[in-house]
Amino acid sequence: MMELLQTVHQMGEDLLGAAWLPVWTVVKILAIVLPIMGSVAYYTLAERKVLGFMQVRPGPNRVGYWGLLQPVADGIKLLLKEVIVPSQANKFLFLAAPVMALVPALAAWAVVPFFDGGTLADVNAGLLYLLAMTSLGVYGIIIAGWASNSKYAFLGALRSAAQIVSYELAMGFALVCVLLAAQSMNLGDIVRGQQSEYGLFGWYWVPLLPMFVVYFIAGVAETNRSTFDLGVDEGGIVAGFHTEYSGMGFALFFLAEYANMILISALTVVFFLGGYLNPFHGWGVLGELTDNIPGLVWMLAKMSIFLFIFLWLRATFPRYRYDQLMRLGWKVFIPLTLIWVVVVAAWMQTSWWVW
Amino acid sequence: MNKLINFFKRFLMLELFQGMSVTGRYFFARHITVEYPDEKTPQGFRFRGLHAQRRYPNGEERCIACKLCEAVCPALAIKIEVAERADGSRRTTRYDIDLTKCIFCGFCEESCPVDAIVETRIYEYHGENRGDLYYTKDRLLAVGDANEAQIAKDRALDAKYR
Repeated sequence: MMELLQTVHQMGEDLLGAAWLPVWTVVKILAIVLPIMGSVAYYTLAERKVLGFMQVRPGPNRVGYWGLLQPVADGIKLLLKEVIVPSQANKFLFLAAPVMALVPALAAWAVVPFFDGGTLADVNAGLLYLLAMTSLGVYGIIIAGWASNSKYAFLGALRSAAQIVSYELAMGFALVCVLLAAQSMNLGDIVRGQQSEYGLFGWYWVPLLPMFVVYFIAGVAETNRSTFDLGVDEGGIVAGFHTEYSGMGFALFFLAEYANMILISALTVVFFLGGYLNPFHGWGVLGELTDNIPGLVWMLAKMSIFLFIFLWLRATFPRYRYDQLMRLGWKVFIPLTLIWVVVVAAWMQTSWWVW
Repeated sequence: MNKLINFFKRFLMLELFQGMSVTGRYFFARHITVEYPDEKTPQGFRFRGLHAQRRYPNGEERCIACKLCEAVCPALAIKIEVAERADGSRRTTRYDIDLTKCIFCGFCEESCPVDAIVETRIYEYHGENRGDLYYTKDRLLAVGDANEAQIAKDRALDAKYR
């Protein structure tokens, strides 16, 4: 895969000279963003199908074969709907908020390695960049809640903001453990650090198992998904921070939420499940047989497991009560992650650290 | 000790995994939805759908204008007017059922001494204009004529319980 990219890159450089770099970057950005948008669309269908199946019903199956055109129909519907700006709303902020929510969700993908060397921006502070980008998403929510001039939107925004900030801490500490283990903030290096002759037992989920669980659960809370979807608690505060949004404004929030879910899945895979690495590497015949499967396939396969778990959680658990949510974040996750940082740091000084 | 066990139970999220295993099992279960326009649920012979007026095999309408149905109708959906026909028999000149009022209780067919007003198995009908669901005598008779075979069969099945 790398050779192919290299050849294309070389050809372009010969053809366009200095103008090639921006063109090549835009091509790479499109190659990341367009599939993400497509997956978001079909992830909504998958969500409805999975929820349906778990509730012993077929889910959407009227638009196209097996409901496969449902996302297209939904998209067209949302595009054609009127964007209503509430009369007392701050118009500029009201329209800017959905963009503020979506942009960080897409920008964070810049540092995710899809296969060996398959990163848009191979920066050394990738982990910091990710933390910064995932934190920025909360601005979209706060601005949306405030600019709507609606008490429901405002309450939802406050809830979401407090929740995201709380879980960010636990998430950050979990990532500190990864950082310690990999001794790098470059996402590519983090994945390469998990390469070993033991296949999936060489990945960081083994020594960092509690952090793996904490990171994923905090990720669910970060994306405002059920069971932590207090910000869009439809039974209590109508639709939370996007109460006043319709048409494309709502669609952008929707896109942002699902793009974030896909992002969290990708990051969990990169940090704890060896990214694009073959889980059977070094396992005798099985390892040799599967080593030829491209890294991108492994990456996507592992991601889809977590995407499924997101839906599985939603189908299974009721919504958290707000004080319990805060209790979990502050009194369980943060102490646990803090302790594990110390444990990992001490562990790494001994000879029992084999990762 | 109990406290300790409880602590580990919560920490290992055992009950959460239990819950997930339940939904996980149902994920593979066959869905039980009846996909309505393609599939339909079975109906009983006492199904109470659209009303119909019946005739005797010789073509004479059954209704003798006794007005029992009008009297029993709890929703006051039936309107009957009576006159003597040229041959001296008592007949309705008007027999209207307003289906927007009707609650499909089936009292009219219960009360009818000659099985004239019946409810059929038809439930897929609609009106596109105001008044489309106001069934006059002609329309009721037309429904009865079109579905007489099914109506007679259902009455026969129900006869031994009456």
